[in-house]
Amino acid sequence: MNNFSLPDFKQLRDMSRRADEAAVQQALRTNRPTLNDLAALLSPAAGRRITALAARSAEITRQRFGCAIQIYAPIYVSNYCINRCAYCGFSAGNRIKRRVLDIDEAAREAELLKGRGVNHILLVSGESPERAGVDYFVALAQRLRDHFAAISIEIQPLDEDEYAQLFAAGITSVAVYQETYDRELYPTLHLSGKKRDYDYRLATPQRAAAAGMREVGIGALLGLSDWRAEGMALGMHLAWLRHQFWRTALTVSFPRLQPAAGGFTALQQVGERQLSQLLFALRIFDHDVGLLISTREEARYRDGMLGLGPTRYSAGSCTAPGGYSDEQEATEQFEVDDHRSVDEVCAVIRQRGLEPVRKDWDAGFQMAASA
Amino acid sequence: MKIIVNGEERFLETEILVTDYVKSLDLDPETVVVEVDGRIITRQDYQSTLLLDGAEVELIRFIGGGQDADDCR
Amino acid sequence: MLTIADKTFTSRLFVGTGKFSSSDIMRQALEASECEMVTVALRRVELDDPGDDIMQAIGGGKFFFLPNTAGARDAVEAVRLARLARAAGGGNWLKLEVTPDPRTLLPDPVETLKAAEELVQDGFVVLPYINADPVLALRLQEVGAAAVMPLGAPIGTNRGLLTRPLLEIIIEQMEVPVVVDAGIGTPSQAAAAMEMGADAVLVNTAIAVAGDPVAMAAAFGQAVIAGRRAYKAGLGAIACRAAASSPQTGLEFLR
Repeated sequence: MNNFSLPDFKQLRDMSRRADEAAVQQALRTNRPTLNDLAALLSPAAGRRITALAARSAEITRQRFGCAIQIYAPIYVSNYCINRCAYCGFSAGNRIKRRVLDIDEAAREAELLKGRGVNHILLVSGESPERAGVDYFVALAQRLRDHFAAISIEIQPLDEDEYAQLFAAGITSVAVYQETYDRELYPTLHLSGKKRDYDYRLATPQRAAAAGMREVGIGALLGLSDWRAEGMALGMHLAWLRHQFWRTALTVSFPRLQPAAGGFTALQQVGERQLSQLLFALRIFDHDVGLLISTREEARYRDGMLGLGPTRYSAGSCTAPGGYSDEQEATEQFEVDDHRSVDEVCAVIRQRGLEPVRKDWDAGFQMAASA
Repeated sequence: MKIIVNGEERFLETEILVTDYVKSLDLDPETVVVEVDGRIITRQDYQSTLLLDGAEVELIRFIGGGQDADDCR
Repeated sequence: MLTIADKTFTSRLFVGTGKFSSSDIMRQALEASECEMVTVALRRVELDDPGDDIMQAIGGGKFFFLPNTAGARDAVEAVRLARLARAAGGGNWLKLEVTPDPRTLLPDPVETLKAAEELVQDGFVVLPYINADPVLALRLQEVGAAAVMPLGAPIGTNRGLLTRPLLEIIIEQMEVPVVVDAGIGTPSQAAAAMEMGADAVLVNTAIAVAGDPVAMAAAFGQAVIAGRRAYKAGLGAIACRAAASSPQTGLEFLR
């Protein structure tokens, strides 16, 4: 198996600035976009045509995903972390209240979410194999698998055999974000801990896919480096993963830096227009990729984007371990900007003529298959 | 003695080397593949393999053929 | 340049050698097409009338021979034919065809996959003939096929690229070359396959049974070159409607 590799980040930045109006037109029309088309869609010239991008993105999304918007909610199980990352509230150096939920406590959080109508959960943790390692997630997944349609994880990167263990335990999907594909910037933000290893992290999606995960999610934290170049890198990563792992569904998330403990200020301003352009460009580039917008974004923005490209929304989220059971609990990873309940979010989705989907897969099928 | 060649009975006076038998049919040993009793005889062995009484021989070679069996019929 | 396994080819037209009226016409047609790769089949020698030897007609290194397993009805027969072809001096390249239904001559996907796996293990460079099935193509790539040869339409029908939407998926997804095989009846259809991004096309009947096979072979040769050039040049997208009539998507909510 080859490893995924990228051209120099500066080259990506140049590529994403070159396009003229004609190249944007071409990229909007073609049914089989190339990387050059993606570059055009990410360009300043395409920024001036953002309404056309939105229309094309909406059209493709409607065609490929129909009216469905998938709903999920995160469960933060631990905020212990061995890494020091300049931008993150869970960073090892931050003096925050730390907590790891035991299996019963995590199950109680899950039960509360289930009661609120959530059927797809995302287990999230800081990166601390000692506090919340593979055995912990295996035990938790086995406890939860019969109660949820799908269980995803967003935890420390693991080896392929570890992902295989998690898959066997009932976890079907793995999200791991490179944070930034900018290789030079990366070590200046990831100051210590295992996360300093850019290449190990970059190869994580492929390890998860090779282990048989049904779905793998990638992403870049917006606000660190040049967002257009990150868009190119995301597109290349997607295209590569598609070719290598055709059995694996792919998603992209678009986390924008939000205020968090540690007081980090964004290095680059990524406004809503830029975020939207990036999302539309990736939708037009890859018609089948799942696109996630979390509650990091405020309700007004999330509602406005409905139908234009995103396919999955989190709802009713709390980003502190134990936060669903006790609102005063440990420190959050970041501040949520859409505070509505799951039902409220679903109601808005229905108002827009779309259908909130809480169950897209049944873990029961997988048990039968791997038994 | 009797041998079966491509499903047909053939009568020979004596045992014969594969290479000599192929030549006797006016075929080029370089472009024919010979199977004796279900075993492919490699070209180096044409000189040393005798066709014995009762041998079942297949003589095969390339013909024009394109995309499907139909072309070859 | 087209690269398959460890070989490169200048021409992206493969020509089948069946159905020609004479060896001489066949040789002239192959030359006129400027193809490099030709397919040949294996058959029992007709003892009473051996006929022309194809190796004498077009051998001598001018063309690269791709033996096929035409006539095989299952994996066992295909593997046997493959080994015979190798013993006959056909090298280790193979166009794998498993066609159990004599009426349609459509390929059997299950037996093809089985045979491909075994032949790759045995050291063959395998180019399987398949229906335009994207998942089968990927499965074959996984077991080590050097290229895939999906059909454009049932063999001999001259109906062109009936499987176009599926061929588009196959071409888009494959790492190994895609050779569109079967169904191509006219040079314009060959060009269309190349414009879609196919790596090569295989033509036989349309050349062999043309009024003037030599002239038709040349026409196919040019069509394949033209189609490839158009693909490389980057075709303008065919718009279903003017872009201006797209719905005016409201983005007023953006801040």
